[in-house]
Amino acid sequence: MSEQLVAVLDWIAILCLLFGAALCLLAGIGLIRFPDLLARMHTAAKPQVLGLLLVLVGIGIRMIPVETSVFNIGTLFLVGLFQVVTIPVAGHIAARVAYRTGRIRSDLLVKDELAERLRASGRNPSQENPQR
Amino acid sequence: MTVLWILIAAMLGVAALLELIRLVHGPSILDRAVALDVLLVSALTGLGAYAAYHRDPTILPTLLVLALLGFVGSVSIAKFVARRSEEHTDTQAGGTGSAEGPPVEEGKAP
Repeated sequence: MSEQLVAVLDWIAILCLLFGAALCLLAGIGLIRFPDLLARMHTAAKPQVLGLLLVLVGIGIRMIPVETSVFNIGTLFLVGLFQVVTIPVAGHIAARVAYRTGRIRSDLLVKDELAERLRASGRNPSQENPQR
Repeated sequence: MTVLWILIAAMLGVAALLELIRLVHGPSILDRAVALDVLLVSALTGLGAYAAYHRDPTILPTLLVLALLGFVGSVSIAKFVARRSEEHTDTQAGGTGSAEGPPVEEGKAP
């Protein structure tokens, strides 16, 4: 593999890694600055999916000149697959528990469709457990 | 190019510090769970940057383990919070049901 091609691949890989690390930094700033749990979950999901996938692509591109076994590519693929499959499930469970136990700030919500549906079905919305 | 590698490490370090601050004084336990998730992703990114810098594929299975660990951790914390608040409301409802008696006598009262 020619010298120039390796240099180009390295630049692409390092840009991917740089963007992933920048997303991690943005998530940290968002965790500090955002007011309630749902907003923090919004900013926390960015490095968990996009950032990690970019980092995995960067690792893969960086590995190309030295090591191209199926095992490494498969491991990278599996990490990305598990992350993409599990992050929505974990986020859904955490947000649901937060809503049911009244830990979110309902004054910051623009539209609360779940409360409307719960009220329509005759159940007490959002304040099922008023105490924290 | 070395400058960019140092920049990646510095950004990850600052991100981990900010997430640790949220982890230490998040108001509720779910905030701490979310902060822990993001901290784990920062660790994943850092390990990935290490692997990419040294072109060393031996720590890639560690990424797999950490990715699964984050899911199990946050789900179990959320389930723990849900169950504990259910028990809390049960005892609270029992306490308000009987006028001022302790919840132990509430079973015998009717």
